[in-house]
Amino acid sequence: MQTADLLPLVLVLAAVAYGFAYMRSRAVAAPLGGIRNLKALPAYYAARAALWCAIPALIILGAWAAFEGKVIQNMVMASLPAELMPQSAGHASLTLSQISNLAAGKLNPAMVPDGISSAAVLLQELREQSSRFKSLLVVLIAVLGGTFAWTRVAPTINARKSVELTLQRLFFVCAAVAILTTIGIVFSVIFETVRFFGKVPMSEFLFGTNWSPQTALRADQVGSEGAFGVIPLFTGTLMISAIAMLIAVPVGLLSAVYLSEYASPRMRSVVKPLLEMLAGVPTVVYGFFAALTVAPFIRDLALMLGLEASSQSALAAGLVMGIMIIPFVSSLSDDVINAVPRSLRDGSLALGATQSETMKNVIFPAALPGIMGGILLAASRAIGETMIVVMAAGLAANLTANPLDSVTTVTVQIVTLLTGDQEFDSAKTLAAFALGMMLFIVTLLLNVIALKVVRKYREQYD
Amino acid sequence: MPEANRTLARDERPADTVIEEGKTVGTPFTDDPKFQLRNVEVFYGDTPAIKNISLDIARNEVIAFIGPSGCGKSTFLRCLNRMNDSIESCRIKGSLLLDGQDIYDPKRDVVELRARVGMVFQKPNPFPKSIYDNVAYGPRIHGLANRKSDLDDIVENSLRKAGLWNEVKDRLGAMATGMSGGQQQRLCIARAIAVSPEVVLMDEPCSALDPIATARIEELIAELSESYTIVIVTHSMQQAARVSNRTAYFHLGHLVEVNDTSKVFTMPEHELTESYITGRFG
Repeated sequence: MQTADLLPLVLVLAAVAYGFAYMRSRAVAAPLGGIRNLKALPAYYAARAALWCAIPALIILGAWAAFEGKVIQNMVMASLPAELMPQSAGHASLTLSQISNLAAGKLNPAMVPDGISSAAVLLQELREQSSRFKSLLVVLIAVLGGTFAWTRVAPTINARKSVELTLQRLFFVCAAVAILTTIGIVFSVIFETVRFFGKVPMSEFLFGTNWSPQTALRADQVGSEGAFGVIPLFTGTLMISAIAMLIAVPVGLLSAVYLSEYASPRMRSVVKPLLEMLAGVPTVVYGFFAALTVAPFIRDLALMLGLEASSQSALAAGLVMGIMIIPFVSSLSDDVINAVPRSLRDGSLALGATQSETMKNVIFPAALPGIMGGILLAASRAIGETMIVVMAAGLAANLTANPLDSVTTVTVQIVTLLTGDQEFDSAKTLAAFALGMMLFIVTLLLNVIALKVVRKYREQYD
Repeated sequence: MPEANRTLARDERPADTVIEEGKTVGTPFTDDPKFQLRNVEVFYGDTPAIKNISLDIARNEVIAFIGPSGCGKSTFLRCLNRMNDSIESCRIKGSLLLDGQDIYDPKRDVVELRARVGMVFQKPNPFPKSIYDNVAYGPRIHGLANRKSDLDDIVENSLRKAGLWNEVKDRLGAMATGMSGGQQQRLCIARAIAVSPEVVLMDEPCSALDPIATARIEELIAELSESYTIVIVTHSMQQAARVSNRTAYFHLGHLVEVNDTSKVFTMPEHELTESYITGRFG
């Protein structure tokens, strides 16, 4: 039986164990005068039986699935006659794929040496054995586990404790998945970054003002040495994000104030979902809007004012991005402003403060940490945003402070570096990982600083 | 209180006692009142909460509002400085005059009204700021101090009047939320009197406090009554008896009886008042 079939089987067995243990616990309790004479409720005994049935079996199943292929492979390779023993890693993988293709019937046996075809037969055999043995073992363990727990349904044994403990561990594992994934991502980026700095010195990367990652494909190619200075990219990112935040923070915050303090409940119930809809628009659509509507408009406006402007500008991308992240600021701020206790509001109003004075002096400071959280979320969205920038701000890495110029951002460059057919060991592709690492560090620092600031200035109510 | 009354079963309460709307026994009216309240009705949506109440509140008196839960005494109190304004569905009818001027005149400045009629709430609600900033909040809003030293004086005086100065003078910069419940409530009183109001409304100011803190607040009310008109809502009849000059008994949105406190607690005129103060319901 395959793993995919065994999994539901184990779950069915667990359900059966649940049912049996449940009935047994009731049966045990009956002569004692009801389930209140048990140490735990019948559902706990039943749950323990189900856990005993499922968890060991699933662990065995998982381990088997993880190692099965490797073990069989090694056994098959060891069975090859000496003259067919592969010499290099490349040769080995070629031989292996020959064997497995043969076993799957995709290859004509006449085309390969005898050693290979006998290995294919062995592979087939080993696979069948493994599958049979695996099914047997898993079912056996599930049944044994369930039976063991079933025998331990007794009024003196407290099943509640062990079930609670198991569930607690289960929750921990779930929490650990997220953390481990983050760590995994960081490490995968770190190794490539280190390789990149083996090719390009760190000082050039960090302080270079020129970004043109085209490296020579052939030794005799001219004019494509490649320059990896990130400063133009970071200034581009910062400029666009700053423009976006300049739009989103005041507009978002003030609309949150309006919604939570001034709007009638009916108004609020209409406006808030509409505002949140902004967050649901795909960024590509914002990209159209920025590239086809806003950017030309800004260019024409600038020309009218006698300024020089390119048709792709940081301003266009920043403006549209700002609109995109308004709901992050407004919706979260609205929630935290509403969470400030009514008693504080009343206290201030009763002293003769106006609504806006109350807002400014009492509610806003109390809601600051949550508002800051919304702003941070919006900022990280702005820094990480790619699509709008590609479409509206361009790809040219200009080092400029003029928002009417075309600029590019770190994320856009990562995309352009990694898309298309690329060798994976050139400085060009590896640069993408270094950029990713930089971005990660910068946003992390931003978060840490913002949290520190908030902790210093927040006014905590209870 | 005769002991026999306490043992009356709940269904023996005088439920069939008819309350005549707008009729209040005792002495609801005074000469030269601070508040002149006539035919006041309050609705939440379509539900009446206050049914045609008329009452005078005299200058520099302490008047206690008592009555069973949900009888409208807090609602009525909150009408006096328009704290009900922020409740969407709340409608108020009748004439409410403060020193002869209509409280609910659309042209009336609520800010000025609330500066004159301060309020202390049921649960201490200090702002999450320093002790100093809490007391200075009102004076700052109303521009009562031109210099830092003036503000310092106002803060010190208010804290002294609230009997809190000696406890907090060395830690004015500390967070107000770190104080004990009783201290917080006295801080709220100091905060209310820092804007020199003429009236202080207190909505069950001791219900969240222990007996010692309560005693402290009651002493404070006695001291404050020399300079302010005080309206206090309370669930504790002992408290009403201890701190007030006059007592008003509310029942299901009606004002049943208003009399001198000593009279209310010894010889209540109305049957319902008697039932309430003898503990037959409430």
